[in-house]
Amino acid sequence: MSTKEYEHYYVPAQSKWPIVGAVGLFFIVIGAAALVNQFASGNEGLGAYGLTLGLAIMVYMMFGWFKNQIDESMAGMYSAQLGVSYRQGMAWFIFSEVMFFAAFFGALFYARNMSVPWLAGEGNNAMTGEILWNGFQSVWPLEKMPDGRETQGMPWTGLPLYNTLLLLTSSVTLHFAHVGIEKGERSKAKLMMGITIALGIMFLILQVEEYIHAYTEMNLTLDAGIYGSTFFMLTGFHGMHVTLGTIMLIVVFLRILKGHFTKDNHFAFLAASWYWHFVDVVWLGLFVFVYIL
Amino acid sequence: MSTMTDTHDDHDDHDHKPTGITRWLYTTNHKDIGTMYLWFSFTMFLIGGFMAMIIRAELYQPGLQIIDPNFFNQMTTVHGLIMVFGAVMPAFVGLANWLIPMMIGAPDMALPRMNNWSFWILPFAFSILLASLFMEGGGPNFGWTFYAPLSTTYSNDSTAFFIFSVHIMGMSSIMGAINVIVTIFNMRAPGMTFMKMPLFVWTWLITAFLLIAVMPVLAGTVTMMLTDKYFGTSFFDAAGGGDPVMFQHIFWFFGHPEVYIMILPAFGIVSEIIPTFARKRLFGYSSMVYATSSIALLSFIVWAHHMLTTGMPVAAELFFMYATMLISVPTGVKVFNWVATMWKGSMTFETPMLFALAFVILFTIGGFSGLMLAITPADFQYHDTYFVVAHFHYVLVTGAIFSIMAAAYYWLPKWTGHMYDEKLGKTHFWCSLISVNVLFFPMHFVGLAGMPRRIPDYALQFADFNKIISIGGFAFGLSQLIFLAVVIKCIRGGEKATDRVWEGATGLEWEIPSPAPYHTFSTPPEIK
Repeated sequence: MSTKEYEHYYVPAQSKWPIVGAVGLFFIVIGAAALVNQFASGNEGLGAYGLTLGLAIMVYMMFGWFKNQIDESMAGMYSAQLGVSYRQGMAWFIFSEVMFFAAFFGALFYARNMSVPWLAGEGNNAMTGEILWNGFQSVWPLEKMPDGRETQGMPWTGLPLYNTLLLLTSSVTLHFAHVGIEKGERSKAKLMMGITIALGIMFLILQVEEYIHAYTEMNLTLDAGIYGSTFFMLTGFHGMHVTLGTIMLIVVFLRILKGHFTKDNHFAFLAASWYWHFVDVVWLGLFVFVYIL
Repeated sequence: MSTMTDTHDDHDDHDHKPTGITRWLYTTNHKDIGTMYLWFSFTMFLIGGFMAMIIRAELYQPGLQIIDPNFFNQMTTVHGLIMVFGAVMPAFVGLANWLIPMMIGAPDMALPRMNNWSFWILPFAFSILLASLFMEGGGPNFGWTFYAPLSTTYSNDSTAFFIFSVHIMGMSSIMGAINVIVTIFNMRAPGMTFMKMPLFVWTWLITAFLLIAVMPVLAGTVTMMLTDKYFGTSFFDAAGGGDPVMFQHIFWFFGHPEVYIMILPAFGIVSEIIPTFARKRLFGYSSMVYATSSIALLSFIVWAHHMLTTGMPVAAELFFMYATMLISVPTGVKVFNWVATMWKGSMTFETPMLFALAFVILFTIGGFSGLMLAITPADFQYHDTYFVVAHFHYVLVTGAIFSIMAAAYYWLPKWTGHMYDEKLGKTHFWCSLISVNVLFFPMHFVGLAGMPRRIPDYALQFADFNKIISIGGFAFGLSQLIFLAVVIKCIRGGEKATDRVWEGATGLEWEIPSPAPYHTFSTPPEIK
């Protein structure tokens, strides 16, 4: 057979981290499930312990697994082909996240264009409006619900606008950090990365403030009808993604300080930055469809 | 041949088979992971099948005899969940793990450690789901489609366990699908162009895309269910401006592509098997690829045909009716191609071929009843009757499950190095074929006559048919034990399999020894 040399694809040896991760997820699931039942019933229980244990195992797994990856990468065991696998894997993961948000955007779209107008009698639903929800008006934000409860819509001016500017700026600074890495200008990368992280944290602080404002002054809560449901579901999951993205950026920042990345080998940086840009784009969707329209 | 098996020693512990329990717990080997998936799937198949036996025992006679209605509902629910997420999907993932790297000349899956994580999530997720049956108030009892408000306002405390276990099953599926897609895009041997890939690889590529697109939507659905039930949101509650029908829209946006996730790899399997035993090349290879892609794309715009009786606007009813009927065009192309492949072939009828042939005929019956259900006015009569149950069991049992059986018989010699017992295999086939039709065919009749699905009791005029159905059910269940016997016997010994195994087999996996070495294609083969 041919003696032509091929680069070996790196097939890792055995690893304990996947099974550790599976055990971690197991405890997270039973802990979280027990906890929400305790929350609903007001009973005492062990849910919080299960959840904490599960999270601790996951953190342990992540440290171990990522350390393993970084050591292997620094030892030069990875090939360019493996790098392509990582990039494609990350891209498809982000696509799955897009579809996750699509479910909630779909719910928002359906509520605004179908369920709320129909409840108020649009289309062939005149009797629904007349008999079931007499007097209910179809408006958005839905400040008065079919059953008569009231809330207030969150205006897009003020905090949401600032947050939009913060996130947009952070995407730009992150891009400059990327340029810095690619040109080998580490000090520029450090500076820009630091600014990006700071902007991300500021975004999160402002969002907490917005939530406090909504809960204490606007009666806009998770149980404030379909408006509150979609508002908190979309902004809440986005906020969780910003949090995760910020953690990723911080890890990447620490690795820049350690001098891990080179011009050609900085997949972790790339993955975190793709993720951050994705979170940014989702926010633009939120800003338009949740706040402005 | 030696260059194709593993000869490199980049690091220790790599070129020999690890032993003990950690071989399975820590593995990064696609063949080991594939084996675990397949055994897991078979275990779930038996558990889910046992639940079906309970259902059929209760329905053997009218009236309530064995179990109470709440437990009956839990059985139909968990039977469906186990079979869909625990039996059929993992079986296909197991086959993908075993076969895709060997078929495209790759040394392993692209991301082997993540591969192992995908698998090991499943036993935990299903333990939680099964354990929820024993919790106070019982397990999930709202049907495998968990429609709101049954699953929110009226569900029991174990619902949270159900929801979170679905979350991690979804994670497992997404990671598995990412692995498949990246493997196919990035790991093909030089010369293995897209249009040279075996159809099993093609169908799995498209399936993986569907999985990544819709499993997150399922995660979103159960998350909204969670917040509606526990945190007071109003997604599926009209009093707050939401709509229970919205649940159905979002669920079926996941659910319909999900149905194709369970059948596209079956198309791939059958497209591998029929050419081998007809000793001809597959007729219309490229049209198969395009047909599969069309089916996948159409699957995103037909979801509401599951809910034609929910009072949608007429325009929507018509759109979803016609879009659904459109699917029969690419599906017809496939069936035509399979038949044309056999035309004037020198056919032999070993067990894999028998299952593949039964697939073609019986899946087509399931497709036709699907067309009947797609007709909106007719669906008003058929909706939620046993006719629907008959329809989807024809496509899932005689479709998906039969294809998995066919695949197991077809590749078992490659996996174990031994030929399976052909006589026992044929016995399994004929027992399954006869009993499965006794089981599911009369469901068409009782369904058309108006027997509703998901009830523990029924009107007296359905008694005779239900007795026949139950007898068929028990016979089909018992027949699967023959399969277990065949597999165990084949693993333990038997006639030595040749490398090619089947006279007419083509493809890279038949070029390597039987059993397939622990590591294959460490250096990629040249594809001419």
